[in-house]
Amino acid sequence: MITSEVILKSLSEVGSTVLLILAGTFVVEALLYLVLVKWLKYKYALPFMLLAPAAIGLIALVIYPLLWELRLSFTNMSLRAFKNPEFIGLKNYVRVFTEPVLKQKMFFPLLGQTVLWTVINIAFHVGGGLFLAMLLNRKMKFKGIYRTLLILPWAIPQVIAVLAWRGEFNFSYGYFNIILTKLGLAPVAWMTDPTANFIAMCLTNIWLGIPFMSVTLLGGLQSISTEYYEAAEMDGANGWQQFKNITWPLLQPVVTPAILLGTFWTFNNFNVPFFINQNELESSDIMVTGLFRAAFQYNRYGFSAAFAFVIFAMLLLFTIFYTRYTKTLKGTYES
Amino acid sequence: MSTSTLTSDKAIVVPTRHKRSFFKSGREDSPFKRIIIHIVLIMACIVSVFPVLRVLAVSLRPGDRLMSTDLAIIPPDATLESYRIILFDKPFLGWVWNSLAITIATALIGVILAATAAYAFSRWKFPGRSVGLVFLLATQMIPASMLMIPIYILAIKLGMVGTYRGLVIAYCVTSIPFSVWILKGYFDTIPADLEEAARIDGCSQLQAFWRVLLPLSTPALAITFLFNFMSAWNEYLLARVMLGSSESLMTWPLGLQRLQGQYATQWGQFSAGSILVMIPVVVLFLYSSKYLISGLTLGGVKG
Repeated sequence: MITSEVILKSLSEVGSTVLLILAGTFVVEALLYLVLVKWLKYKYALPFMLLAPAAIGLIALVIYPLLWELRLSFTNMSLRAFKNPEFIGLKNYVRVFTEPVLKQKMFFPLLGQTVLWTVINIAFHVGGGLFLAMLLNRKMKFKGIYRTLLILPWAIPQVIAVLAWRGEFNFSYGYFNIILTKLGLAPVAWMTDPTANFIAMCLTNIWLGIPFMSVTLLGGLQSISTEYYEAAEMDGANGWQQFKNITWPLLQPVVTPAILLGTFWTFNNFNVPFFINQNELESSDIMVTGLFRAAFQYNRYGFSAAFAFVIFAMLLLFTIFYTRYTKTLKGTYES
Repeated sequence: MSTSTLTSDKAIVVPTRHKRSFFKSGREDSPFKRIIIHIVLIMACIVSVFPVLRVLAVSLRPGDRLMSTDLAIIPPDATLESYRIILFDKPFLGWVWNSLAITIATALIGVILAATAAYAFSRWKFPGRSVGLVFLLATQMIPASMLMIPIYILAIKLGMVGTYRGLVIAYCVTSIPFSVWILKGYFDTIPADLEEAARIDGCSQLQAFWRVLLPLSTPALAITFLFNFMSAWNEYLLARVMLGSSESLMTWPLGLQRLQGQYATQWGQFSAGSILVMIPVVVLFLYSSKYLISGLTLGGVKG
């Protein structure tokens, strides 16, 4: 049951926080106004004032914790040395590459597993998303209904979706094994067999990720003028040629950021590998779940901080190379 | 494939209909192809809806046979008992209320903070702009569990554990980078001439933003609100760390997790609760789905 006490308590908590944020914003803006507008008469006073609240929030909750984490990565902080961690230089970074991250798995097999996971998922997300987007990008009946049903995996809370999928992989009561048994095949041990567990993870995440891609790509497809296709048709281009020479190149401004974001989200996906891997098979771990376990189950804080920066650095390098290679983000960042 | 138009004298003839292939954004498809497309889409819809229907099936089963190899969506002995228990015997509505209060507040504040920042990024070339934009992209690469320890220690130092203060501020801020990305991309597609015209008519820069740009950006604002709403509504890890053991402050993800913990998992109640908490997000999604495609430009599409 819901009581008025609960209602009032959470309202007052949320309300007071909102007031706090408003008051903080007001003070910051007033200060900036005095300094930038009245005193310095700065040309870019207004954009800086517009940016200030978001920037302060990000500095407090992203940059400051990052720097703190960076310092942590140079210490031997763990449960044993919680109170008085010592500075140990780059030792943690050396350990990331030379010691098992958890019990057995070394860094490079874990990296290979994560890359495989990311590549499989992104390939299916983009392929499936593009396929559905192209099917939907036409005048047809029930288009609205299809679109609504197809984005459902995106709309439902991820943890619930993942737990529902885990139920489907149950050995005796899961949907997949019921079907396999009915077909006269042997049921698969989705939860204990390393390969099957990895496949289960991929299936779940592919299901979760396709709607975002298909919606994004459908937006991109709709922005391509039909005149291009009419012109190509007159020149006798067949379907595949039209796709290769019109659709795909003109879709790049949408595809590149979508793939980039998808790569980050998949590479760093926590819910799917963590919850589907119910028996904590080390073979199913990808880097972020390894990171979580190293930090919160093995309590190696210094080590996992270093590990986190290695993951971050790899994604950064990937982004630099990918954007250099495709050159499509230029417009977004330099225009 | 439609190569039939490739004849010398047909350069200005409208292409023959019924021959557009799968790879084109077809306007006219042959009836056969249309049927195939519908069948494929129906199958895709079944795959996409199926797991949810299975959760619904479990929530309707009577308590003594939750584990079953039955594949029927509505079991023959369907009952709403699980819904009755979770709504009236458990503090479920309180959890939902807490989540709703936090989520609406943070989604609104998040959109406001992101919209002003995106406006600055879109309309001015101030020093540090490109560094800022790269930084926003870089935040998406940070593994979520990476910031958990420092944020928790920061919250303890500021006395924000066990209250909503830290949680609300954290939700408002963590959604900013992605929101700014979407909104800046959308603002870029709106010509600055419109605001300049408004300024000639006597609007200040901020009034032009408020009265001209924002109304034109409804799709992107709706999408940003939707994303902020979803990420706050579904967030589990940070809420668990920040709220500690406070019973009355629990959000629904913590509460449902609690249902899984006691003695044995209460699958019926868990599923009923899951179905109920899906409703607000799905309603919001359906309501904003007309904006979903036009609003989600990811900063790439021009014009």
